[in-house]
Amino acid sequence: MKGKKTFRAVDIILLSMVFLPILAGIALKVLYVPAPEGIDVTGAFIFFTAELGFASIPITEAQVNSWLVIISVFFLCLYLTHGIRAGVSTRRQLAAEWAVEKCEGLISENMGEHFSGFAPFIAAVMVLSALSSLMSLFGLFPPTSDLNVAAGWAILVFILITYYKMKCGPVNYLKSFAQPVPFLTPLNVISEVATPVSMAFRHFGNILSGTVVSALVAAGLQGLSHALLGWLPGKLGEIPFLQIGLPAVLSVYFDLFSSVLQAFIFAMLTMLYVAGAFDYETYSKRKEKKSNKSVTYGG
Amino acid sequence: MLELAIGIILGCCALGAGLAMIAGIGPGIGEGNAVAKACEAIGRQPESRSQVTTTMLMGCAVAETTGLYALIIAIFLIFVVPGRFVRLLVENIH
Repeated sequence: MKGKKTFRAVDIILLSMVFLPILAGIALKVLYVPAPEGIDVTGAFIFFTAELGFASIPITEAQVNSWLVIISVFFLCLYLTHGIRAGVSTRRQLAAEWAVEKCEGLISENMGEHFSGFAPFIAAVMVLSALSSLMSLFGLFPPTSDLNVAAGWAILVFILITYYKMKCGPVNYLKSFAQPVPFLTPLNVISEVATPVSMAFRHFGNILSGTVVSALVAAGLQGLSHALLGWLPGKLGEIPFLQIGLPAVLSVYFDLFSSVLQAFIFAMLTMLYVAGAFDYETYSKRKEKKSNKSVTYGG
Repeated sequence: MLELAIGIILGCCALGAGLAMIAGIGPGIGEGNAVAKACEAIGRQPESRSQVTTTMLMGCAVAETTGLYALIIAIFLIFVVPGRFVRLLVENIH
């Protein structure tokens, strides 16, 4: 009985640590970030600038919020996997197993068996991206509507793509730019660079457009309700009654649907690009050649 | 004179943003085509519904890219560029 009680206390602590970062984010926003005047899209608010001598690094709302999301996801994982045992199926354990199985199924379906180790990375990208975008549901600044965050992830994917292209040898990698004819090399270089740029802009643009449209609609409804209901006496005339309802409907599309869809698309594109960058046949041929060489030299 | 210059900057930025969003036509038509074909495919083979939907969403996301480039340019033109230019103008005059 006593053991069960401590078990519960740990659960409560872990679960509260999932939601505490969000509350901390709300508190930070209420305390430090000034309220926008009218329609104003200014990007992330800079909390303070860290002076490092050679460079000054601004610590922005986007960075703080993405760290809050990371902490939240970390404790969510701890909560889901805490007290996991073989043979015992609690609700949590089933949820965790379902998530892992789904992710591994997605990987093996889209990337093949060779990339089965990619499941944690793809799951991390997906969850981080989805929860970052969903921060806007709490009225917080979604980190993904800052181009720096999305561009950082896209650069990570670009490095992975280049790594898997390099696996077939640096010579083959350089040769691939001159395919199918050497005349097309500049275009190939541009399309190589366009991959991370388009990934970053796609994610950033979708989330930012949602934020902008929501801000425009909210401001428009405020103006409209002032014009229509401004005659109401006293404080009653200042309350924007028309803002009730419609922004919530928009929020279902722009915040919920779009966020989750963009996270899925980002993860999906990561999988497809990385899997497409790896040429298994050339790789295995090269490996075979290498092992043959080493055998002849060794013998 | 300064007011006129600022007015021209703001007006031209707004016009440019509007013109940039003409690019929205392309993804609109493209995604419409994609969804139409996906509907046909699901009608023909209802059992492949989930795969067709996933592929369609991916295709839509990729087709959307050009429109999003235009959107980002339009957003920059409305919210970022005028402030910069006006500040530059005011600094140069004084």
